[in-house]
Amino acid sequence: MNPMKVLLRNPRRELEVSGHRRVNSLLDELALNRESHLVIRNGTLVPGDADIADDDTVEIRPVISGGS
Amino acid sequence: MVASGSKCRVCRGPAIIDLPRHNANFCAEHFLELCRRQVTKAIEHFAMFEPGDRILVAVSGGKDSLAVWDLLIDLGYQADGLYIGLGIGDYSEASAVYAREFATARGLRLVEVSLREEYGYDIPTASRATRRVPSSSCGLSKRHLIDKAAIDGGYDVVVTGHNLDDEAAVLFGNKLRWEIEYLARQLPVLPARDGFPRKVKPLVRLTERETAAWCVVRGIDYLVEECPMAAGNKHLAYKAALNAIEADSPGSKASFYLNFIERMAPLLAAERAVGVESVGTCRECGAPTTGEVCAFCRLVEKAGAHERVPVELVVGRWGKR
Repeated sequence: MNPMKVLLRNPRRELEVSGHRRVNSLLDELALNRESHLVIRNGTLVPGDADIADDDTVEIRPVISGGS
Repeated sequence: MVASGSKCRVCRGPAIIDLPRHNANFCAEHFLELCRRQVTKAIEHFAMFEPGDRILVAVSGGKDSLAVWDLLIDLGYQADGLYIGLGIGDYSEASAVYAREFATARGLRLVEVSLREEYGYDIPTASRATRRVPSSSCGLSKRHLIDKAAIDGGYDVVVTGHNLDDEAAVLFGNKLRWEIEYLARQLPVLPARDGFPRKVKPLVRLTERETAAWCVVRGIDYLVEECPMAAGNKHLAYKAALNAIEADSPGSKASFYLNFIERMAPLLAAERAVGVESVGTCRECGAPTTGEVCAFCRLVEKAGAHERVPVELVVGRWGKR
């Protein structure tokens, strides 16, 4: 089993995280607001209570734009 | 604790998104239905436009403008796009690619205007030349060029991708300072007047998490990276504050903005009437203006005469104001 790959944006960076957890738990661990992010697991959008685990590739995509 | 593998509220199939403000989860199909319904409700409730109207969508290559363009076409409206090249280094080059690829893949018409090529300046240079935050010259340039493209092209209405978060953040800022004149004008529809085109915001009932999700589900590639010149601006700080409230009290952003529109905006009608100044035409370009020369032509003259400034020299300069 390989650790989960977690892609973060703005700035773009990648983390490796081991072990099973819920999407919302990962956002909490990274201190990211659920209202400001989408989570895409292996290319598919998933809700906050979805399970993520080793071998998954997870993109945490910020949705906040700065213009007005 | 919510059980893993949450279900769609409508069909009980596997959910792809949780929307706490609706206290519900949705599968892809029914999430898209929800978005269509919210946009249709905004268009109809605020009488934004009619089927058959010629629509010009201001397109940046980001999630909101591509989502609203896609939604309008999906709902059967006729809409062209307008992309303005702002000259913000790699960011602008990448955003243009997303806008072009979206239009080309769907056979849609995208009109392009380049600030540097057609007006001799870009936003980093304008910011330095005017000694103002970049969003000042950026907003002025976009408003002028969008208005001009809409009038010249004979469009009935301009659509922008402002979403619920954008509107709530602007409302929050205006309320913090009790900017009554701005509050009076903060409506999802600005009627055409004195040579200005009609402008509408069909996404005011969708959060930006929802517009981003629309793009992901529909397979729309958009520029995820933030504008390098936006970092640290007040608008982002207001959004963060509102999202902190939303996390504790889902639905707060929607009630804050939509109840303002329903309950408070009518009380400001008299203020809107007071705010209308008599408008003439710009001596240089013929655009509507209250002065002899419009603000855009003054900016072109000032920024066009300034030595070109690379974006790297301007980024971060305004972040801590």
